[in-house]
Amino acid sequence: MKLKLKKGLKLNIAGSVAPDAKIEDVAVTSVAICPEDYPGFVPKVCVHEGDSVSIGTALLFDKVHTDIKLVSPIAGTVRAVVRGERRKILRIEIAAGPKEATNPSPMKVNDGTAARRLLAENGFLALMRQRPYDIVPSPEGEVRNIFVTAIDTAPLAASASMVQPFFDKADYEAAVNILNMVTSGKVYISHPAGWQLGDIKGAEMVEVSGPHPAGNAGVQAANISPVNKGEIIWTLDLPTLGRIGKYVRTGEWEWRTVVTIAGPEVNTPGLSATLVGAPVENLLASHMKPASHHRRIISGNVLTGTAIGNDGYLRYPYRQITVIAEGDDRDEFMGWASLSPDKMSESASFPGHFRKAPFVPDARLNGGRRAMIMSGQYEQYIPMDILPEYLLKAIHARDIEAMERLGIYEVAPEDFAAAEYADTSKIPLQSIVREGLDYIRKELE
Amino acid sequence: MSRLRNYLDKVKPNFEPGGKYHAFHSVFDGFETFLYTPRTTSAPGSVHIHDSIDAKRTMIIVVLSLLPCFLFGMYNTGYQHWLALGETVMPFWDLVLYGFLTILPRVVVAYVVGLGIEFAFAQWRREEIQEGFLVTGIIVTMICPAEIPLWMLAVAVAFAVVFAKEVFGGTGYNVVNIALIARAFLFFAYPAQMSGDKVYVATGAPFGFGTPLPDTFTGATPLGQIATQNGPDIVLTGINGQVIDAWQAFVGLIPGSFGETSTLCILIGAVLLLATGIASWRIMLSVVVGGLVTGLIANAFTSPLYPASFIPAGEQLLLGGFAFAAVFMATDPVTAARTTTGKYIYGFLIGAIAIIIRTYNTGYPEGAMLAVLLMNCFAPLIDHCVVQANINRRLKRAKTSRA
Repeated sequence: MKLKLKKGLKLNIAGSVAPDAKIEDVAVTSVAICPEDYPGFVPKVCVHEGDSVSIGTALLFDKVHTDIKLVSPIAGTVRAVVRGERRKILRIEIAAGPKEATNPSPMKVNDGTAARRLLAENGFLALMRQRPYDIVPSPEGEVRNIFVTAIDTAPLAASASMVQPFFDKADYEAAVNILNMVTSGKVYISHPAGWQLGDIKGAEMVEVSGPHPAGNAGVQAANISPVNKGEIIWTLDLPTLGRIGKYVRTGEWEWRTVVTIAGPEVNTPGLSATLVGAPVENLLASHMKPASHHRRIISGNVLTGTAIGNDGYLRYPYRQITVIAEGDDRDEFMGWASLSPDKMSESASFPGHFRKAPFVPDARLNGGRRAMIMSGQYEQYIPMDILPEYLLKAIHARDIEAMERLGIYEVAPEDFAAAEYADTSKIPLQSIVREGLDYIRKELE
Repeated sequence: MSRLRNYLDKVKPNFEPGGKYHAFHSVFDGFETFLYTPRTTSAPGSVHIHDSIDAKRTMIIVVLSLLPCFLFGMYNTGYQHWLALGETVMPFWDLVLYGFLTILPRVVVAYVVGLGIEFAFAQWRREEIQEGFLVTGIIVTMICPAEIPLWMLAVAVAFAVVFAKEVFGGTGYNVVNIALIARAFLFFAYPAQMSGDKVYVATGAPFGFGTPLPDTFTGATPLGQIATQNGPDIVLTGINGQVIDAWQAFVGLIPGSFGETSTLCILIGAVLLLATGIASWRIMLSVVVGGLVTGLIANAFTSPLYPASFIPAGEQLLLGGFAFAAVFMATDPVTAARTTTGKYIYGFLIGAIAIIIRTYNTGYPEGAMLAVLLMNCFAPLIDHCVVQANINRRLKRAKTSRA
């Protein structure tokens, strides 16, 4: 199956990783897991500071679906359970201990119930998302389809972080076998053109082409088989599929990940093999450009990533770190009148629109927030049969019926990221969609 | 440059809460963001980089695309005046200066009144100053006769900004086009000064420059002449009694509102708007198609009862405010239809209704303004139908998938 999408955003940002870049190993002495990365997961801690944990020991479980667990990606001791305001759990830090001798054996899974249990209890379910609501899936209920993305179209994403060397085809096939026990429909795997692995047995392969957000699972689902009211689909990325498969086949957890380190503030863009939740300081140490201006370190890509400080940790989905200038220490005289070719824009009113060389954007809004003035702008970046403006207005009005009718069950905040970038009125579309999803879930559950 | 920045940073505390001039916070903020791109950076949960485009850039492109019409309007105002004086030598710079001196007080009054109200409302709502009036202010002077009395303009602008815009919430929330509301207000409140044969040629001597025309002077616009003719051979004449051909109408050397006579200059503006993607080509195209189709139909069934039906469809587009409305009025994104399909319907109906009014309502020679205002009101309905189609598609899909 081929899926060609036309609408979207192609950004040309400086600091991309060369296609033939070597993967460099980065050892870590600690990791941190942040429950905030898992929307819908209501965390309850099941370890104490000082406890020793093995790979796969549960650190947190979900208050509602107690089966769902977040597990430790490393053997060692719990260094800290860091809490914020109102005792909200910010992260659990684990210091690496000596390597444990393990005696892994393959898992036997016979039916859907066992498969769901296995996914939930071993930390894999938390790495997936469900539509509607874009949350960690509930282990119960019929799952219509499962969409696996093996393509990342986000700015500066490198394919090596998607097709990671820790997993092979047999891992993917073992995982697809498990997922087929869970879903009543098909398992789809979307991949870019030039895909090396061939067909994964048991899955429907979809070749996706087009600008971002073509790589988003939700966008693919909307074009293959949209989510209707009452239906549930699960989505996950290829590394998660590999982790599941490897665990089922060998009984071993694989929590290593290949991280793309990119962005205009990075001296030597590259790929690093490290653990999920690794401290970014280690990862960035040899990569950063020397600079005196403010910088923003983003775990993830520039559209959907999380801003973390220099002392932060690699965050879900554990595939990319982007560093850009913050820009709050910069003055630009009459920027709105500028004819500089350095200004990155989708609008042909800027000469930069026609430039081929990569841009060096910073984190400024480049304008003030306004009401929705321009029309039809969002549609150009959302390749789904959705009227984004009207859906956003319905969310704003907290009108559940209108939200349903306009397709809120089909969308996730990330699908609006490209539109948010291009928006003349600088409206935080992703936050609005997230609020809408949380609101409707709270009201209907 | 950094001296200016330093000065702004120095006086800024005065405008912040507790400062001496806190009541002018929005005004200060307006000027500061005008001079310097704000340093605000992306908040958590949103994208980390943003496109360079903002409302200021968008509005300034519209103003730029209006400039050719505006400059031509200055020349044409002088040209018509000289023509009315019976002159045959047209001194270019005198003409331009005459037009400039005529329009300058109008532009100043429109901006002072409009921006003044905007500033006051922005301060009252504790919001940033919005850029919408930058465009409205210049458009409003362009769609009125060049010599409109200043107090009338002030009243109309104030009415339009307060009752068509601010009561709805400001820029981005208005239902109908502000400049057109000002124009319609003038038309209905002061019909004697806004229509007829007297108003479309500047007669005065602004700031003592030029020779004033006698009070008895009259000079009808081409559309005004059409309404009073009844034969199949309509002859349009200029101020000096010479025949106006299509070329003159295209270039715009005809009497009319200050900035909307030149189809040529409007086209230059249209090219800029379309090349930068600021205005919707869908709307522009469908207004023209709607006007042409209706013009062709009217022209196919000519009747002496409706003299305008004798004008060829193509020529209809060159006269009056049609082209100006198609390029600058119908495409106002806030008041136009917002869905893709809706834009085609909206534009087509504007074109069609403009020509229908012009042709079949002999009492009122210009239809473009009313057509746009009417469709502004219907745009939400058009969008509603398009949205409903999307909803129905989704419902149908849900049913078939469950079956």
